[in-house]
Amino acid sequence: MSLSETDIQAIWLTLRLASVTTLLLLLVGTPLAWWLARTRSWLKQPVAAITALPLVLPPTVLGFYLLILLGPNGPVGSLMLDLGLDTLPFTFPGLVVASMIYSLPFMVQPLQNAFSAIGDRPLEVAATLRASALDRFLTVVIPLARPGFLTGIVLAFAHTVGEFGVILMIGGNIPGETHVLSVAIYDHVEALDYRNAHMLSAGLLAFSFLVILLLNLVNKRTHQGLGQ
Amino acid sequence: MTEVRVRFSVELEDFSLDVEFQAPGKGVTALFGHSGSGKTTLLRCLAGLERRASGFLQVNSEIWQDNANGICRPTHRRAVGYVFQEASLFPHLSVRRNLKYGLKRVPASQRQVSFDDAVALAGLSDLLERAPVRLSGGERQRVAIARALLTSPRLLLMDEPLSALDERSKQDIFPCLERLHSELSIPVIYVSHSLKEVARLADHMVWMEEGRVRASDSLQRVLTRLDLSVERGDEAGAILETVVALHDDNYHLTALDGCCGRVWINRLDRKPGQTVRVHVPARDVSISLEKSGDSSILNIWQTVVEDIREVSRSQVLIRLICNSGRDSPRLLARITRKSCVKLRLKPGMKVFAQLKSAALID
Repeated sequence: MSLSETDIQAIWLTLRLASVTTLLLLLVGTPLAWWLARTRSWLKQPVAAITALPLVLPPTVLGFYLLILLGPNGPVGSLMLDLGLDTLPFTFPGLVVASMIYSLPFMVQPLQNAFSAIGDRPLEVAATLRASALDRFLTVVIPLARPGFLTGIVLAFAHTVGEFGVILMIGGNIPGETHVLSVAIYDHVEALDYRNAHMLSAGLLAFSFLVILLLNLVNKRTHQGLGQ
Repeated sequence: MTEVRVRFSVELEDFSLDVEFQAPGKGVTALFGHSGSGKTTLLRCLAGLERRASGFLQVNSEIWQDNANGICRPTHRRAVGYVFQEASLFPHLSVRRNLKYGLKRVPASQRQVSFDDAVALAGLSDLLERAPVRLSGGERQRVAIARALLTSPRLLLMDEPLSALDERSKQDIFPCLERLHSELSIPVIYVSHSLKEVARLADHMVWMEEGRVRASDSLQRVLTRLDLSVERGDEAGAILETVVALHDDNYHLTALDGCCGRVWINRLDRKPGQTVRVHVPARDVSISLEKSGDSSILNIWQTVVEDIREVSRSQVLIRLICNSGRDSPRLLARITRKSCVKLRLKPGMKVFAQLKSAALID
């Protein structure tokens, strides 16, 4: 009982996609979540709504619009062609862009909640102790928001691993490029190859369970450490 | 110029602050007022935490804020120590690392307070490795005070550091505050709504009401202002700075010497030579024109009537000055209007003040 080379390739591709997506989301999501948690601007609610949209939007709808937007005739796609770049649909970078949008709320919302929970006081205290704004963020906000970061990272990663609809729309099914795990499972089922479908599915099930279990354990310990 | 010059105005949604005062360049200035009078808002202005505030702030020789000339240092560039009402320790850091947070952000050349000194002053040597959650309220506040001191502030701001604590924790912190008072040569601005705390710690007093300064002067002078004292009712009284002179164990009394003379009070557990502050309530001071030899009252001082004000239709409040001079101690006496008329009391008259009681402030 062993995995085919295509399946192993699919697992690696999926892990690579989830890692890159999570890393980039961390970079984009942190400032966005910080802004959402602190701002009093009227833009806050509209931006929060757009960020949360992927939670309720059917993945196929999201994928469809991305395909149009990024395709050779779409505004972004034609701009990229004009700049001498390849278009994104049916490529790995295209999957990353789509995954980032699809998993954005899973990174931003835990971070935003964690940032809001800190409140003004610790930052004011740090300022009176001579810490500049960046210093305060690095030495007070990040440690105090650690459970939020952990939740965001794990959820964004796991959610990217499991996505299907968006990928099918914008990535297609190119081995080594866009043939990810969920698509591989779909293919096996289509071909009535239940044995391989089982292997991959059971693997994902165990992975998901372990992720949630680990997250709960780590967050519980952090909360105890902070005495909350 | 060794003083703190303050002028601020802020418009908040439901509150406006408009204040101007000067405080001495060292020693404790109490910002006193009822809740809602703007004490905390003013303190936040001084620290640069209230962004909408505009005005002027000079701390001894440095100007920290002068909006008219486009100067406004952000909080982390003001050499301020701030002790918040709740200790607000960083929960993710041990006591030691809380203390070092500010210390290591101050250049070594500017450090005035060493880690060991601050730990000793606040009595924290056994607590250094603890997490803040494992500390009592009083311990947390002591860490917060030491942490603020370790930034070598040129202005120390304290926002009711005792108000969230029970009586035992307060007694735990008071010695630490009093040592601060005697050992630090920087201005301390201490917010409080408790006259008792203020009377014990402060040298200067800024009396606030509804976002305005009603009085700013030495503690003695503010507390003996008749207009403010009338409102204090039974609490009205003077504070005297005295030195323990001797004990009379036979009658269980202690003699204290002040500028006005000697005062006997119930036996104190203090060594001769120690400075203590006593409160002399206005209701326990009576007035006579002659020094009667056979009175039950032990403490009789010669004074001069400085001012008289009616408290009610039956009572008046009189301010007595012990000897001439601006900074000479004053006493308050509350007597009946009838006696005031009978004795024909007028400002400038020499009278004898009889102090029925005086109490140590602690």
